[in-house]
Amino acid sequence: MQQTDRRQFLKLAGLAGVTFTAGLFPRGPADAQSGDFHFVQFSDTHWGYKGAANPDAEHTLERAVATVNGLATKPDFIVFTGDLTHTTDDGKLRRERMQRFKEIVSALSVKDVRFMPGEHDASLDKGEAFKEFFGATHWTFDHKGVHFIALDNVSDPGAKLGDEQLAWLAADLKQRKTDDRIVVFTHRPLFDLVPNWDWATADGAKAVALLMPYQNVVVFYGHIHQEHHHMTGHIAHHAAKSLIFPQAAPGTAPKRPPPPPFDASLAPLGTRDVAMAKAVTITELPVVKA
Amino acid sequence: MNRRLFAALLIGGAASGAARLLAATEPGIEVSVAASRFEYTPDKVKGKVGVPLTFVLTSLDRIHGFKMPEFGIRTDIVPDKETRVTITPTKPGTFTFFCDIFCGDGHEDMAGTLVVEG
Ligand SMILES: [Cu+2]
Repeated sequence: MQQTDRRQFLKLAGLAGVTFTAGLFPRGPADAQSGDFHFVQFSDTHWGYKGAANPDAEHTLERAVATVNGLATKPDFIVFTGDLTHTTDDGKLRRERMQRFKEIVSALSVKDVRFMPGEHDASLDKGEAFKEFFGATHWTFDHKGVHFIALDNVSDPGAKLGDEQLAWLAADLKQRKTDDRIVVFTHRPLFDLVPNWDWATADGAKAVALLMPYQNVVVFYGHIHQEHHHMTGHIAHHAAKSLIFPQAAPGTAPKRPPPPPFDASLAPLGTRDVAMAKAVTITELPVVKA
Repeated sequence: MNRRLFAALLIGGAASGAARLLAATEPGIEVSVAASRFEYTPDKVKGKVGVPLTFVLTSLDRIHGFKMPEFGIRTDIVPDKETRVTITPTKPGTFTFFCDIFCGDGHEDMAGTLVVEG
C-alpha cells in the first residue's frame, strides 16, 4: 500500500482506534506451518515524568496495564519499545524509577514481557542502569515462525547503532532466508522522518540497507509519541503512541513544538495490538476502555 | 592550498599573490555560539546568501552536538575547546540548528535558528 493510500485509508476509517491492515508481510508468510498470534506494543511510558503535559502521569501506565489485562484474547507477549522511564541526571533516582516501573508492569497478566531502552533510559549512562534492571539492550528471539530483532539506537548518546551492532545485525540476518518473516523493534525511527527535529538514527540507513534484501520485514518503533506509518521501499515502519503525552505531527514546524495541551480523555495516548498472520494487522488500543 | 595556485602566487610576485590569497579565503561572518544545557547563546543567528558563515562553538558544561541537516553539517562541541564549522548559505530562509547528543531532561528543546537574508 502506498503512503497516500494509507493516509486515505486512515482518513476513511476515522483515524482514532482503527484497525489498520498494514498489507504485510508483502510476500506472505514463508512458513506455512507457523501459527497466527498477536502481541502488544507499549512505548514511551516515561515513568517519573511530572509536568503539565500529563497531570495523570502517576496513573496512566497502570490504567494501560489494566486495559491490556482485560483484552479478550491474551497476547503471546508484550514488548516495551523504550523510554520506560523519564530521564534524570541522578543515577540513584533513575534506578528508583526503573524499579517502580518494573513493579507496575509486573501486574501484566502476560508474563512474557520484553524491554528495550529509549534515550531517556540509556543515553546518559550508556545503558548501564537499564542493563541492571532489564538485561541486554539489543537482542533477538523467534516466536511461531517469526524472527524478532530489537536494535538499540539510544545507548550511544549520538543516536547511533554503531558498527559493532551493525555487524551483529548483519551476522544475524545472514542466518535468515530472504523470505523469512522478520520483525524489527527500535526506539527511534531508522529512517530520516524529520531530520530537523532529530527524528532519525544517525546510521539508521545502514540498518535499513542490511534489511533490504529480505522480503518480509516490518519495523515497530516509538520515540515520536504518535501513530505513524512510513515505507522505505518494501519495508514498513510503524510508530506507536506514547503513554505520557503526544508530540506534534512530523514536520509541522521548523523547530519541534512543545507537546499539545493535556487531553483529559487520554485519547492521544495508548498501546497497540499487532496481529501476525498472512497480513500484519495493527489495532490501536486506548488507555482506558471507552 | 592547491599546488598550482601556490606556484602561480610565487611567480606572480609577493604583492599580487597576497591579494589573490586574501580573495580566495574571504573571512565572511564569524559568530560565537555557546552551548549549555539546554540552550545555545545566542539562539538566533543571521547570515547572508553567498557569504561564508563560521560558527565558533564552545560548551559551558558538557559535550553537546551541533547539527544543521539542511547544510549537511554536524559536530561535537566539547568543553575547553573551540570548534569551528563554516557554511555558505545559497538561499534565503530560516534554518534550524540543534543538539544531537542527548544531554538530559530538556535536550529535546536545545535548538536555535539561522535566518539567511538575500
Ligand atoms: Cu545538548
